[in-house]
Amino acid sequence: MIRFHAQKKLLTSDGPIDLNIDLEIAARECLTLFGKSGAGKTTALRILAGLTRPEQGYIEVDGKVWLDSTRNICLPPQQRPVGFVFQDYALFPNMTVRENLRYALAAGEDSVIVEELLEAVDLHALAQRRPASLSGGQRQRVALARALVRRPKLLLLDEPLSALDMEMRGKLQDEILKLQQRFPVTTLLVSHNLAEIFRLSQRVAVIERGRITALGLPAEVFITKQLSGKFKFEGEILAIQPEDVVYIVTVSIGQNVVRVIATDSEVDQLRVGDRVIVSSKAFNPILMPVR
Amino acid sequence: MFDLQPLILTFQLALITTAILLVLGIPLAYGLARWESRWKYVLQTLVSMPLVLPPTVLGFYLLIAFNPAGRLGRFLESVFGLQLVFSFEGLVVASVIYSLPFMVNPIQAGFQSLPASLTEASYTLGKSPLHTFWRVLLPNIKPSILTATVISFAHTVGEFGVILMIGGSIPGETRVASIAIYNEVEALNYDTAHQYALILFAITFVILLTVYIVNRRFLKAF
Repeated sequence: MIRFHAQKKLLTSDGPIDLNIDLEIAARECLTLFGKSGAGKTTALRILAGLTRPEQGYIEVDGKVWLDSTRNICLPPQQRPVGFVFQDYALFPNMTVRENLRYALAAGEDSVIVEELLEAVDLHALAQRRPASLSGGQRQRVALARALVRRPKLLLLDEPLSALDMEMRGKLQDEILKLQQRFPVTTLLVSHNLAEIFRLSQRVAVIERGRITALGLPAEVFITKQLSGKFKFEGEILAIQPEDVVYIVTVSIGQNVVRVIATDSEVDQLRVGDRVIVSSKAFNPILMPVR
Repeated sequence: MFDLQPLILTFQLALITTAILLVLGIPLAYGLARWESRWKYVLQTLVSMPLVLPPTVLGFYLLIAFNPAGRLGRFLESVFGLQLVFSFEGLVVASVIYSLPFMVNPIQAGFQSLPASLTEASYTLGKSPLHTFWRVLLPNIKPSILTATVISFAHTVGEFGVILMIGGSIPGETRVASIAIYNEVEALNYDTAHQYALILFAITFVILLTVYIVNRRFLKAF
């Protein structure tokens, strides 16, 4: 169980905002922070890791206080058992893959965990390579494995898959799920990608200008009405064209462009560029705006 | 008459100066790379001054500062027994100041080119700032350190104005190769001047060539 509260003034490209976050995260839960860039998501992760100090805050992890501004307690990052996967992975270029993982061991600690993690993310064959010679997906796996060496109580993932292509993302989402089963850890994920959020996290918190504006199951948060669809995809509207009595809405979903027929009243709430969910209810596909 | 002593003295001076600069320069460069304050620019400017200042200006001020009759000179003499004017020790101090930017600037640039996330990643992996410095930061700026070391060494070998001002030309004490060349030319001994000059030319060429070749291989390894 993690209790997290933080308040901090932030200077963003849209001007100053007040970060003010209150969250409770259950043990072994995966919660996603979702929001525009500059909303304060990364800062929230950094405060949890102890890399940024808030003006006011409180962090309690499994009964242990990491931060309490009223009592002037602030553990340095070294004393917080967190695993942080940075957006740029932050692998040490001077070390091989195995050395990167071993670096995280405490002095004199047995390296069994390193080999176990290398095997879990399928990197044994690349253990002697340096990060510069790895692909983006491989680097991401190294970063993930390295973050788990200390057996953290909290895993912080800062847009870990944003630099990868669609196919790689899918594979790595599997990888993350697999790792979470094998090394259960409470996880906080920053992501923009709806598919990723639905796949990886139990709950999602939407952050807008430093505040949490929605919190709940991904399906509750992102789909305004409950659906009973047989399948659903998220996409973006490319065009809306009238055709006799109906409209044809062109939607880009992943690599595909599909055309869906919509009625007057449906098109009313839709505009080009909107994110929508295309789902099939028995026979006819329907379009729902995504918040 | 050709004499090996000026050459030996030159390389002694360059070696000692470079060793001191390494010890001073790395922490100074790290501080400048990390320090966020407007005073940083004052310090940065002071470190870089020898790049643009005529060596004679620097030598002149050092001569005045270290004057045994002056306050600093008297203090150094009485406390440390050091006489920095017209002595080898004085040359070392002057060379350290004169070559400081050649050591600090490349290393500072090296530190600045490292993303902050490397340091932060190391902290979240439980490692102290000092451990991070030795194991992550320094190894990743090896090419910068090598460049800085060699350039500082070569620059000290080529020093002339500062040495002439503060060291003069005492054989075995302050008469380095560049001064010896000047003396020989003044005495119209062009042959001897040629010998010193050619040796300096060849050695500095080889040193710089080595840096470029080694650094290219360094960079490839990453």
